[in-house]
Amino acid sequence: MTIDVVPDTINAVYVVAVIVFILGLKAMSSPETARRGILFAGIAMLIAVLVTFLSPGLSNFALIALGVAIGGLAGWYWARVVQMTAMPQMVAMFNGMGGGAAAAIAAVELLSSLSNLATAGLSVAGGVIGSISIAGSVIAFLKLQGWLRSKPIVLPARQVVNTAVVVVGVGFGAFALLRTDAVWLLPFFAFLLLYGILLTLPIGGADMPVVISLFNALTGIAVALDGFALVNGPLGDAGYAMVIAGTLVGAAGSLLTLLMAKAMNRSVANVFFGAFGATEETGGPVQGQMKPIDAADAAVLMAYANQVVIVPGYGMAVAQAQQKVKELADLLESKGVSVKFGIHPVAGRMPGHMNVLLAEAGISYDKLFDRDEINAEFPSTDVVLVLGANDVVNPAAHRKGSPLEGMPILDVEQAKNVIVIKRGQGKGFAGIENDLFYRDNCRMLYGDAQQVVGKLVTELKK
Amino acid sequence: MAADLWTALFIAILAAFTGYEVIGRVPVLLHTPLMSGSNFIHGIVLVGGIVALGIATDPLEQAVGFVAVVMGAMNVTGGYVVTERILAMFDRSKRKGGAK
Repeated sequence: MTIDVVPDTINAVYVVAVIVFILGLKAMSSPETARRGILFAGIAMLIAVLVTFLSPGLSNFALIALGVAIGGLAGWYWARVVQMTAMPQMVAMFNGMGGGAAAAIAAVELLSSLSNLATAGLSVAGGVIGSISIAGSVIAFLKLQGWLRSKPIVLPARQVVNTAVVVVGVGFGAFALLRTDAVWLLPFFAFLLLYGILLTLPIGGADMPVVISLFNALTGIAVALDGFALVNGPLGDAGYAMVIAGTLVGAAGSLLTLLMAKAMNRSVANVFFGAFGATEETGGPVQGQMKPIDAADAAVLMAYANQVVIVPGYGMAVAQAQQKVKELADLLESKGVSVKFGIHPVAGRMPGHMNVLLAEAGISYDKLFDRDEINAEFPSTDVVLVLGANDVVNPAAHRKGSPLEGMPILDVEQAKNVIVIKRGQGKGFAGIENDLFYRDNCRMLYGDAQQVVGKLVTELKK
Repeated sequence: MAADLWTALFIAILAAFTGYEVIGRVPVLLHTPLMSGSNFIHGIVLVGGIVALGIATDPLEQAVGFVAVVMGAMNVTGGYVVTERILAMFDRSKRKGGAK
């Protein structure tokens, strides 16, 4: 084996980077190790990027440096200044950038190696997935940011139209390959970007955990496909690193996507093609009426409880009530009440959303419990405070024929008392009446989550 | 198909199983960091962007390659900072709670 100093050094660095990426991802399975994991992965990434500059035969260094500086600073600055509550859309946006980069790399490969069928075919595949990922992520970003309606936007005959768009788009890609004519690449990318938009528009806010997670996996796959195309070219070494890192993310992301869909008892296909929540259920077999309670009575109820479980949902995020919730929890604990948090896997707008917000408020994560853990506790809980959550606590999930049928929920109705903090009498995202609100042990506390929790804190201090 | 592509395919299959096994059972608590962290890891796309722009010859290739580099760089730094911020909060919340 002859030693070729520069390429061998570059490859050695890529090998180390890949190992560190895997270990870094592994470290994500425990809160004690997670932070160290991302730090090491960051260092490995930095070195991998730096040695790539040494690759033989590169030119355009000034442009590369300028691009890295612009993108790097913009990403760094934006991620630093953004509010914690805007995290879901930031993750969507940075993920979309990765998809866009993958699509652009595919475009360069196609422009330069259109006559090499293997490279061009792989690049078309990378271009398809990368384009869908960036367009879909941008729509998800706009919806989460509130610049686009969060409710499903349903166009007529959309299944037919969408399928036609993607088939025609891929057809243009195939045309470009067969005719080795780059002019077809323009409609190819245009149609696939359009498909990404059309695919994401009909998806409502509460399904975003599945969507963000899936686009993350898709970007990983697009990066891996680009990696394959590069492997087949003159500077293949970077390609291997992309194949491994991209596939790693594709696999991990797919797993997380399935977990999220399972937590709603729906298939990923149903999330993407079902336009869930676009129609409202009419006339469910709900009987009784909602019974209001005021803050003073609610405070007394909680103050004399042995155990209070707080179930947060997207409403807490919207009202930015997490700091007040921390105050409330501390006050109750000072009165000897045991306070726990019950977290549904799809509460909020991204996987783990509630955990992040509560952590931001300084609530210790050993007080947060998963669905299965907390469900065992409800029968012995005195008061459950439902804070801006709706569908994930709806007992209609246990009823045959309900659109929510079979969704694993938090069984809060088994507690002695349930207090629901809610802005008005409207329905949840799924457009379904919540049976819980009509139960005998349930009281409604109307108002903005932050103000209402603030009132509870004031009452408890008296 | 070139030997290199077969090699890459073997590697990809192994990487897919690795990704699946490594994640295994991640607690709900860490779903966001996991997603955000893997978001950062596919930022390796920047390396591909650098190579693509580095070997680009005509102005169109250069322009598209430049877009790839800018987007890849945003992905990688943004993904890192977001993940770091989230994990820093978990650290803090643990300490505050543990101090009691």
